[in-house]
Amino acid sequence: MNPSSILTLTLLVGGGSFVAGLLGAMTGLGGGVVLIPMLTLGFGFDIRYAIGASLVSVIATSSGAAAAFVREGYTNIRIGMFLEIATSLGAILGAILAASVNPMWIGLVFGVVLLHAAYTALRPHPQELGIDLPSSALAQKLRLDGSYPTAEGMRTYYVRSVPAGFVLMGVAGVLSGLLGIGSGAIKVLAMDRAMKLPFKVSTTTSNFMIGVTAAASAGVYLGRGYIDPGLSMPVMLGVLAGSLLGARLLAKAPTRQLRLLFAVVIAVLAVEMIYNSLTGRI
Amino acid sequence: MGVPAGLVIVHEMERRLGNLLRAGVSLAAVVVLVGGLIYLARHGHEQPAYQTFRGEPSALRTFAGILSGAWELRGREIIQLGLLLLIMTPIARVAFAAYSFTRQRDWLYVGIASIVLSLLLYGFLGSVSLPI
Repeated sequence: MNPSSILTLTLLVGGGSFVAGLLGAMTGLGGGVVLIPMLTLGFGFDIRYAIGASLVSVIATSSGAAAAFVREGYTNIRIGMFLEIATSLGAILGAILAASVNPMWIGLVFGVVLLHAAYTALRPHPQELGIDLPSSALAQKLRLDGSYPTAEGMRTYYVRSVPAGFVLMGVAGVLSGLLGIGSGAIKVLAMDRAMKLPFKVSTTTSNFMIGVTAAASAGVYLGRGYIDPGLSMPVMLGVLAGSLLGARLLAKAPTRQLRLLFAVVIAVLAVEMIYNSLTGRI
Repeated sequence: MGVPAGLVIVHEMERRLGNLLRAGVSLAAVVVLVGGLIYLARHGHEQPAYQTFRGEPSALRTFAGILSGAWELRGREIIQLGLLLLIMTPIARVAFAAYSFTRQRDWLYVGIASIVLSLLLYGFLGSVSLPI
C-alpha cells in the first residue's frame, strides 16, 4: 500500500490499529502481534518504526486494562513487582539488541514468536493442577502466595519454581524489547506452567506487568529516534480505542471462534514474516 | 477464614494504582490527539516517507528538543510529549508502589520496587536525555 498523503496514511493506519486493538482485546492476545505485520508487510514501513509505534500502544492498552483488573482482586502485586526486575532488565537488553542487529533477524524472530503465540491460542486453557501443592522456600521468603475470589469465596494459592519463572520472564522481557510486543504468551508460560499460578491470577498479573516492561524499552526507542510521532499517533489512539471497545464487547463475543480465527491469521502472518525476512524484504 | 489486615491495605493500594494508570493514559491520549490534529492540519497534504529508516532528529528524541518544540506548539513535538507522559505512567506507578510499601514497612518490597524503578529510570533517562 502506498497512500498519497499523510492524512490518508494516518486514517488507514488508525483504522487498521483500531481493528488490531479490538481483536487483541477480545481474544486476549494483544494487538501487537497483528500490528507489526500490518505496518511492515501491509504498509511497507521499516520494522524499527513499526516496533516503536507498537511499544507505545502496548503501554496504553495494558495500563488501561490493568486499571480495570486490579479492582477485581486477581492481580498479585508482589509477584508482579518481583518479576518486573526480570522483565525490565530483559526489555532494556532487548531494546539495545534491536539497535545493533540486522532488521532481517528481528523479522525472523518475530515470525517464530508469532507461530508460538498461534499455537498457544489454539491450545485449551491449561488445567489448574497442582495449585494446592505447598509453595517453594523462595516463594515463602518473598511472600508471593496469595488468594483470589472464586464462586466459593476466597481461595489461597501457592507459588512454585520461582527461579524458572524469573528466567522465563527475563526472556519475555528481551522479546518484548526486541519486537515491541507484550509477549503475553511467554509470560503465561512462565506463570502458569512454571510457577503454577491460577489462570486468572497469571493473566491479570501479566497484563499489569506488560506496561512496565514496555516502558523500560520504549524510553530506549524514543531516545534512539525509533519512535516517530506521525506514525505512533494513529497507532496509539487506534489501538487504545479498539481495545477499550473490545473489552466492552468481550462478554457478548464468541471468544472461542474469535481465538481460532485470530490464531489462523497469526499463523499466516508468521509464515509471511519469516518468508519476507529470508528473502531480504524486511 | 478471615481476611488478614494487611490485605485491606494492599487492596486500597491496588485501587489507587489503577486510578493512577487510568489518569496517566487519559492525559497522554489527549495530548497526543491535540498534537496529532495540529500536525495533520499543517502537514496532512504532504507526501509520507516511512519506507526508509532515517531515525528521528534530536528535536524529537531529547527532553530539551521535545519540550521546546511543544512550547512553540509544533504538532510532532506535542505528540512526542504525550508519548513521554505515556512512558512515564508505568514508571510513576512503580514509584507509587515503592512509596506504598514504605508506608506498610515492607522493606523487602521497598527494595524490590526500587530495583525496578532504577532499571526503568536507567532505560528512560539514559537514552532520552543523551543529545547524540
